[in-house]
Amino acid sequence: MADRRNLWLWLALGLVSAGFLAWQLRAPQDVILVLRGQKLLALICVGAATGAATVLFQTIAMNRLLTPGIVGFDALFVLMQTLLVAALGGVGLAQIPGTIRFGLEAAVLVGAASALFGILLRRDAGDITRMILTGVILGVLLRGLASMVQRLLDPSEFAVVQQAMFASFGRVPADQLTAAILCLGGALFVALRMAPALDVAGLGRGAARGLGLDHDRLVRVTLMLIAVLVAVSTALVGPISFLGLLAASLARQITDTHRHAVLIPAAALIGALILVAGQFIFERLLGQQSALAVVVEFLGGLLFLALVLRKVRA
Amino acid sequence: MSRLWLIPILAGLILISLALGAASLSQDAGWLLMVSRIPRTLAALLAGAGLALAGVVVQQAVQNRLVEPSLTGTPEACMLGLLVVTLIAPGMAVAGKMLVAAASALVGMGGFLMLADRVPRQDPMLLPIVGLVYGGILGAVATWFAWSADLMQYLGIWMLGEFSGVMIGRYEWLWSVALLAGLLYVLADRITLLGLGQTQARALGLDYGQTRALGLVIVAALTALVLVTVGAFPFVGLVAPNLVSRWRGDNLRANLPVVALLGAMLVLGADVIGRVIRYPFEIPAATVFAVLGAGVFLWLLRKAAERAPHG
Repeated sequence: MADRRNLWLWLALGLVSAGFLAWQLRAPQDVILVLRGQKLLALICVGAATGAATVLFQTIAMNRLLTPGIVGFDALFVLMQTLLVAALGGVGLAQIPGTIRFGLEAAVLVGAASALFGILLRRDAGDITRMILTGVILGVLLRGLASMVQRLLDPSEFAVVQQAMFASFGRVPADQLTAAILCLGGALFVALRMAPALDVAGLGRGAARGLGLDHDRLVRVTLMLIAVLVAVSTALVGPISFLGLLAASLARQITDTHRHAVLIPAAALIGALILVAGQFIFERLLGQQSALAVVVEFLGGLLFLALVLRKVRA
Repeated sequence: MSRLWLIPILAGLILISLALGAASLSQDAGWLLMVSRIPRTLAALLAGAGLALAGVVVQQAVQNRLVEPSLTGTPEACMLGLLVVTLIAPGMAVAGKMLVAAASALVGMGGFLMLADRVPRQDPMLLPIVGLVYGGILGAVATWFAWSADLMQYLGIWMLGEFSGVMIGRYEWLWSVALLAGLLYVLADRITLLGLGQTQARALGLDYGQTRALGLVIVAALTALVLVTVGAFPFVGLVAPNLVSRWRGDNLRANLPVVALLGAMLVLGADVIGRVIRYPFEIPAATVFAVLGAGVFLWLLRKAAERAPHG
C-alpha cells in the first residue's frame, strides 16, 4: 500500500526531472544537459535532505510544527561558515580541496549542533512552545553573531563568506555536488536502517525506554544525521526555513502513516519534487530566477500559521 | 529617586558618541559636530525612545510581555508599503512616503491583532511565534516585490538599522517621536487599563476599541518614522519595557519616561559599541542590538517560564 504511494512520488519526480532536462533544449545539447543535470541534482539533493531532516527532527522533538530551519539550525551553519573563514582566512580556506572542506564543515557543524540542540531538546522538551521560541530567538542571536563576525572580517574575506552564503543553484561545483550526494546517500541509508527504532521513539521517551530502546543514544545519533542533512542543503544553496515543514506535512498527509520506513522517503521525494517543479515553473515558464525560495517561504509560513492555530483549537 | 543615576550614564554615552568617529575633531570641530555627530547622536536617542515606547503600547494592547513591534509584522508591512509607493510614485515627498508607510504599518498591525484574537492567552509564548511567522510571510512578499523590481539593495538598507548615514537634514522627522511621546504620556493611564483586557477595561469605563485603535495608530506612526529615517531595529521595544517593569513595577505614567530614556540609551550604546569594535569601520547598531537583545529575550523566556504555573 504505502510503497505504491511512494511509487507515484517516484514517477512524478521522474517526469518533472525529465521535463526539467528536456524543456526547450537547444543547440549545444550536451553542454546544456550537463549544466541542467548538475542543477537538477543539486535541487533534488537539497529538497530530499530538507524533507528527510524535518521528519527526523519532528520525531525526536515529538512535535509536528518543527523544522530544523525554524529553530536556528541553518543560522548555526552560517555562523560556522563565517567562523571558519575568520579562522583560516579566505585564501587558506580556498586552498583546502572542496571535498575536505565540506567534510570539515560538516564535522564542526555536527558537533556544535548536537551539543546545542541536544541541550535545548532535553531541557525544554516538556514545553514545546517555549522550545520553539527559544530556538527561533537563538536563530536570531546566531544570525546576529554571524553578521557581526562578518563585519569584523576584511572586505575580501567578507566577499568569500557572502559567496558561500548566497550560493545559488546555478553554480554548484561538481566536486561539492559529489560530496553532497555521498553524504546525503549515507545519511538517508542510516536513517532508513534506523526507521523501526524511530517508530518506537515516536511513542515518547518513557514508552520507548520501556520497550527497551536506548532513547538518549537514538536522539544523539538522529541529531547528527539531521546536522549532516542540513549541512548538505545549506552548503549547496543557503537557508530555506519552511521547505521542510511543507514536505513533512504533505508526506504525513499523503502516506497517512507513522512508519518511518515510508515517511522518510516520502518526505525526501516531496521535498525534491517541490524544488524541481517550483524551479521549473519559475525559471523556465515565468522567467523569474529567484522567486522560488520566496514563494516556498510564503506558502510554508501560511501552513505553519494554519497548523499552529488548528492545533490550538483542537 | 533611583532612576536619576541613568542620567550621568546617558550623558557619558552622549559625550563618547560625540567624540567618536573616523574624522578627527582637531580641525573644524564645530562644523563636524553640527553636520554629522550631533544629528547622529540625536537620531539614535530619538529612535531608541520611540521604539521602546511603541513596545510598551503593543504589549499592553495584546496583554503579552513577550511581544514587540518587530514581532508583529509591522516593520515588514511598513516596508511593503514603502516599496509599493516607491514603485508607483518614486518622486513623492518624504512626508507622503512616511504617511503611506504609516498607513501600511497600521494595516499590518491590524492583521496581527486579528491573528492575536484567535491565539489563546494561556500560553504567552505562542503569540510571539505567530507574530514572527506572520512577519516572515509579509517579509517574503516584500522580498518578492523588491526582487522583481530590482530594489533589493533599497530593501537591504531598511532591513538593517544603522546611523552611519545620518547627517543634518536626514533625521529631523524623528523629532515627531518627541511629539508622539508627549501624546502617549497624556494617554498613559488609559493605556494601562488596556492591559487589563477588554472586559475589565470596559467595566472601569474605558472605551476599549477607541483607546486600542489610538494606541496602535501611535505605534504604527512610531515604527514607520524610525524605519523610514534609520531602518529596522529588532528587540528594542521588547527589552526596554521589560527591564523597566521588572525593576520598577507597572505604573505606566511613572515608567514611560524611564522606558523612553532606557530605549534611547540602549540604542545609542549599541551604536557606540558598533563603532568601537572595529574602529574605524562600523558594525550596524541593529546588528549589535540583535545579539544583545536576543540574549535578553532568552533570559526573559526563562524567567517567564519560572513564573508561569505550568511548563
